[in-house]
Amino acid sequence: MRMPRSRRAGSGSVLAVALVLATLACGGDDAGPAAAGDATTARDDGGGGGPLTGDLTVLAAASLTDAFADVEAAFEEANPGVGVEVSYDGSSALRDQILAGAPADVFASASGSVMDEVVDAGAVAGEPTPFATNLLEIAVPAGNPAGVEGLDAFGDEDLLVGLCAEEVPCGRFGREALANAGVTPAPDTDEPDVRSLLDKVASGEIDAGLVYRTDVLSAGDDVEGIGIPDDVNVEATYPIAALEGGEDREAAAAFVSFVAGDEGRAVLASYGFGPP
Amino acid sequence: MTARRRVPTARTPWPLLPLAGLGVAFVAVPFVALLQQAPWSDLGRLLTEPLVTDALRISLTSAAAATGVVLVLGIPLAWVLARTRFPGRSVVRALVTLPMVLPPVVGGAALLYAFGRTGLVGGPVYDATGFLLPFSLRGVVVANAFVALPFLVITVESGLRAMDPRYEEAAATLGAGRWTTFRRVTLPMTTPSIVAGALLAWARALGEFGATVTFAGNLQGRTQTMPLAVFLARESDRGAAIALSLVLVAVSLLVLLPLRDRWLGA
Amino acid sequence: MLHAELALRLGTLALDLTLEVAEGEVVALLGPNGAGKTTALRAVAGLVPLDGGRIVLDGRVLDDPDTGTWVPPDERSVGVVFQDHLLFPRLTALDNVAFGLRARGARKADARARAAAWLDRVGLGTQAGARPRALSGGQSQRVALARALATEPRLLLLDEPLAALDVQARAHVRAELRRHLASFAGARLLVTHDPVDAMVLADRLVVVEAGRVTQQGTATEVTRHPRSPYVAELVGINLLAGTAAGERVVRLDGGAELTMADPLPAATVAVTVRPRAVALHRRRPEGSPRNAWEATVADVEADRDRVRVALDGPVPVTAEVTPAAVAELGLVPGTAVWASVKAVDLTAHEC
Repeated sequence: MRMPRSRRAGSGSVLAVALVLATLACGGDDAGPAAAGDATTARDDGGGGGPLTGDLTVLAAASLTDAFADVEAAFEEANPGVGVEVSYDGSSALRDQILAGAPADVFASASGSVMDEVVDAGAVAGEPTPFATNLLEIAVPAGNPAGVEGLDAFGDEDLLVGLCAEEVPCGRFGREALANAGVTPAPDTDEPDVRSLLDKVASGEIDAGLVYRTDVLSAGDDVEGIGIPDDVNVEATYPIAALEGGEDREAAAAFVSFVAGDEGRAVLASYGFGPP
Repeated sequence: MTARRRVPTARTPWPLLPLAGLGVAFVAVPFVALLQQAPWSDLGRLLTEPLVTDALRISLTSAAAATGVVLVLGIPLAWVLARTRFPGRSVVRALVTLPMVLPPVVGGAALLYAFGRTGLVGGPVYDATGFLLPFSLRGVVVANAFVALPFLVITVESGLRAMDPRYEEAAATLGAGRWTTFRRVTLPMTTPSIVAGALLAWARALGEFGATVTFAGNLQGRTQTMPLAVFLARESDRGAAIALSLVLVAVSLLVLLPLRDRWLGA
Repeated sequence: MLHAELALRLGTLALDLTLEVAEGEVVALLGPNGAGKTTALRAVAGLVPLDGGRIVLDGRVLDDPDTGTWVPPDERSVGVVFQDHLLFPRLTALDNVAFGLRARGARKADARARAAAWLDRVGLGTQAGARPRALSGGQSQRVALARALATEPRLLLLDEPLAALDVQARAHVRAELRRHLASFAGARLLVTHDPVDAMVLADRLVVVEAGRVTQQGTATEVTRHPRSPYVAELVGINLLAGTAAGERVVRLDGGAELTMADPLPAATVAVTVRPRAVALHRRRPEGSPRNAWEATVADVEADRDRVRVALDGPVPVTAEVTPAAVAELGLVPGTAVWASVKAVDLTAHEC
């Protein structure tokens, strides 16, 4: 049956309106996973008991990039039945993904407060476990061309210096350390993540950046580190937790204890992380 | 005259309508969802915060300046590509298109290697004069102009190609030199494509993120543009991030809505 | 005075022709499409460089590849009226006409005043503020003409000036163009594919075929002695000037009267008749032809199967007949004959 043209046009826009209405009706609450979760006991032995199987998706903070590559390899070697995939991003971005329902098994955060938020939303299975610490360090280009000596450099208007943005953990800790040292920060840039800050130091575009010790080590010869006195330095504690949204609970729990246990700590230490 | 006739609307082929409807929905639904998430009660307070006003000021200033740079460099470049023949012309065109296909962060890194303090060109300039592009509004303008240039060049080049070059011949026979012809004949006749290209460039510059943060850095009040502020606000305050996003959308609409068809086309 | 020896190759066209236009003369370059006439015109305007030859205008060398002399178009003092007029769409008629003046340094107000005077001269003073798209074909042609003339060029070139007009407008605009051209003192060269345009507008025809000149001369000469099939078929037609002496009667300049089939379009007309439509008789003919007169054979020229017989008398035309007819009538210069032509074979054009 031939419909008059105007009616056909109408059906197209009705479709569009229907889509819009449907979306509005759905609501946009942060849908968190059900709070009821099994309490899984973490195993202390590395690979004992029945062989583990499964596929793990691990969300890890960006500063864990190199270290967790080794951890992943070591865990897979010890547990051949388990495949591990690690995804790296800023801790807050990972938090957003988890709360939006991303299917992940483990979350390793660079920030305790970010982990707390995930816990509060009921997305964590059990309790988070601290597994590493990281200290701040001043990064300067190889050869220290500007002759930077300490935290005072970050208040020096004549130097080009960079911090992490206040919104990310490294930026908060950095400003805390500067406050401890009585320095008023005068940065030329607040980089959104620690890696881009490190890049700018490594290329010599800025004279100094306030980063983690592990970052200084990872940059190799391009960057030199200048230590910060312990009494003003800030220690970041990294927590790890299994997530409610994951499927392989046993494997996730094993991974968490691996990381927090001796094997994990050894790997992390080789990258400059401290013990929890 | 006779009574007013009803002018029939264009006869649209039937498959186009539902597809067009889908296209509109595709773009409209995310906006609707964004609006739904907005913290309407906090909006007033959020919008007057220095974070927002600084970012808006920097974004608008740098986008406008970048558009100016792009017009000054891009129109002559488009003319050369459209009207002249020289060996390597296709290479030049590919180069000009490059910022459009490069991931913006890569573009920003390249800018740094070129114009940064230790850069190919920037290094010697800095050593000689102390002039620095990164970490300043100038740097934001450069990064914005870099990514926006191809949009203007491509649009204006096609506008020039569409224009009958015999008008320029007519002007020559009337005694107009090449510069006069360009000014009084070519430019006015390609105005629609220039306007369209400038708008695209401005919009691209306004939304630019990766190249800007990589090249110019991020500092509230000096180099932090709106997209940067949105990105960082997401870390701590989702409501603020959405509010900032809505401001960007509103500003863009303010510029796009008053556009008349005739400036863009006929 | 223009002296142009044009040798140039453009695509598949090889142009090799020489032409001259004297001061005060109107010359028409006439030929089929693709003959190279527009290319020749563009070379003279400086829009296309020569490969060989030279162009000299009033003693000044404009283009000479051998000596490396080249004057760009904006310095040539050659005005051009283009086929589709090419009025600048974003300028008013007044500013279009003023364009050349301002381009050469005149101040805006001064240029506009002079442009206004030119628009008045072509009868478009009231349209000064109009945009080109609001003008009719005939009006925009006049603006284009005024625009070219306003700069007072030494040479005026017109490229198919009537091609962009519809059939009804052509005859009228052609008559007007003839008057406007007459008021310009310099040399004028026009390009056309329409023989009637050429005959009405020009003093002398130069026929161009495949890049070369095949014939030149006045309309009468070309009609009497066509040198190529193109000329014989399309160019060599008779053109007679006259005035209206009745709804369908034309009085020719010599006093003779011709009766037309259709009402005359204007008070002053040009009447065309194809040579083959002129019939020759020993005695005054009977029958339908409205128009018959006694003439004297001026010249007889044979060409393949046709003979062109030029006639002197009250109606000076050339007839085209078969060799057999020539023999039968005993036509030699000086012979007296009767000529006739049917009213329906006569066409009157506004002039």
